[in-house]
Amino acid sequence: MGELRAYAALFGAQTRSVLSYRTSFVVELVGNMGATVFDVITVIVLFRATPQVGGFTLAQAVLMVGLSSAGFALADMLVGNVDRLKTYVRTGALDAVLVRPLPALPQLLLMDLPLRKALRVVFGFTVLGGAVVMNHIDWTPARVVLIVVTPLAAAAFFGSIFVISATLAFWWVDSGEIGSAFTYGGRDFTSYPITVYGAGFRSLFAYAMGFGFVAYQPALALLGRADPLGLPAVAGYLSPLVALAAAAVAAVVWRIGIRHYRSTGS
Amino acid sequence: MSRIDARVLTISRIGPFRGSATTFGVLIRSGFRRYSTYRQATIAGSFTNIVFGFLRCYVLLAVAAGAVGQRPGGYDVEQLATYVWVGQGLLAVIGMWGWTELSDRIRTGDIAADLLRPVSPVTSYLAADLGRALHAMLTRFGPPLVAGAIFFPLHVPSRWQTVPLFAVSVILAVVICFACRYVVNATAYWLQDARGPMILWTLGSGVLGGLYFPLRLLPDWATVTLWLGTPLPSLLQAPLDVITERDGPAMQAGLVGVQAFWAVLTLSLTVLVQRRAERRLVVQGG
Repeated sequence: MGELRAYAALFGAQTRSVLSYRTSFVVELVGNMGATVFDVITVIVLFRATPQVGGFTLAQAVLMVGLSSAGFALADMLVGNVDRLKTYVRTGALDAVLVRPLPALPQLLLMDLPLRKALRVVFGFTVLGGAVVMNHIDWTPARVVLIVVTPLAAAAFFGSIFVISATLAFWWVDSGEIGSAFTYGGRDFTSYPITVYGAGFRSLFAYAMGFGFVAYQPALALLGRADPLGLPAVAGYLSPLVALAAAAVAAVVWRIGIRHYRSTGS
Repeated sequence: MSRIDARVLTISRIGPFRGSATTFGVLIRSGFRRYSTYRQATIAGSFTNIVFGFLRCYVLLAVAAGAVGQRPGGYDVEQLATYVWVGQGLLAVIGMWGWTELSDRIRTGDIAADLLRPVSPVTSYLAADLGRALHAMLTRFGPPLVAGAIFFPLHVPSRWQTVPLFAVSVILAVVICFACRYVVNATAYWLQDARGPMILWTLGSGVLGGLYFPLRLLPDWATVTLWLGTPLPSLLQAPLDVITERDGPAMQAGLVGVQAFWAVLTLSLTVLVQRRAERRLVVQGG
């Protein structure tokens, strides 16, 4: 109970500090949604030049964008700010977090919970809704479950990627933008049918790292299409397992990282 | 405030012009040195540019494969690959994202120290930014280009003037980008917290600058409006269209001309904004 109160206090302080610059907050709220809007516009613009990309139509691609951006926006709002860890490590501010009698990760997340990203989540799910309507999906009980579970699994997967790439800062303080290659890069990767990528690049991102199961395979299952790359239909239902595996890796890496942490000593 | 002359009396024999030129040069060098100390961040940044290069390049080539005559927006396959990889290299050179130094200093009140100096903040930040860009040109421009050249066929310029024009175009893009970021940061003089304008800038500059997709994929009227009505296409789209030789020689030079226009306009705007801000500034914390 005491713990919950402490978290609530952290969250309340964060909310008040954000709301004290009201104009900026509103602009940020709208601006953040704009980021996702532009991602969708990019896909539409690309499809203006050609009826099919990688063997998929615009409506089918929008379904992948919807799954990916709904999941990503949710993860980015809840966990995304963990990428500020490198600043905390460099300045030594992490010490203050570690001496408090609460687990470090939830504290870090609540200290900076980006409320400004809320509208982006709403937009992500709106795109997903639009995509579902556009594609005339042949509903079965399995697909109903799939459409509900996939964005959540995607969020858990992206959240794990956020944590893993942020943890890099424990070993490599100047890791800079390297994490965005996998977080934002992963979002971009999952927004397109993976048939467009070269074989080596695809194997690495889609199968070895698991990004192919976030949006592409579930989208195939929802559309009732066979995978042109030859994976069986059951691959569409694997996203929760992949997310679980990613979360397990993230938990292990985080624990090793935080034990490895040596303060800056300043 | 404006009546008081803050210029420092000088007893050295070098004239005022040589004096300012020397100061400007020293500031450029210090900007260069500052960024050359972040060696690991340079490697990390290049890695990220390369990953995004692969992502964007594969997607655009897939679009080309399905497009009429395989030329979406008038680019052939080699030009598209060049567009993506040179673009990833230039991203760090023009330094599109992440510069919040000025707005941070305004918020904390440190800007007071800048205003006491005998060099105007616009001049000193511009010099430091040119130094940063020079460092990025030497370290960040090459790696994505090499990676792109290994995995994709790239377009080799066929006109003699392309490379010199590209060099001019990049310098102008650096100046325009600096001026835009300065104005965005300077909104903190009025808003205290410039995060809102900053995010609008991050969004607008990426999409409308030509990073996500070549703007030529948009309908013609939209491309022309953006190009003449905003400085954004002059950031990336212009140097990239110059190096890929997307247009005839006259148009190629014309794009650089439009950039020159925007460089003058945006730099004048920074000077104006800075002057207005100094009139109303109350430094935080007195």
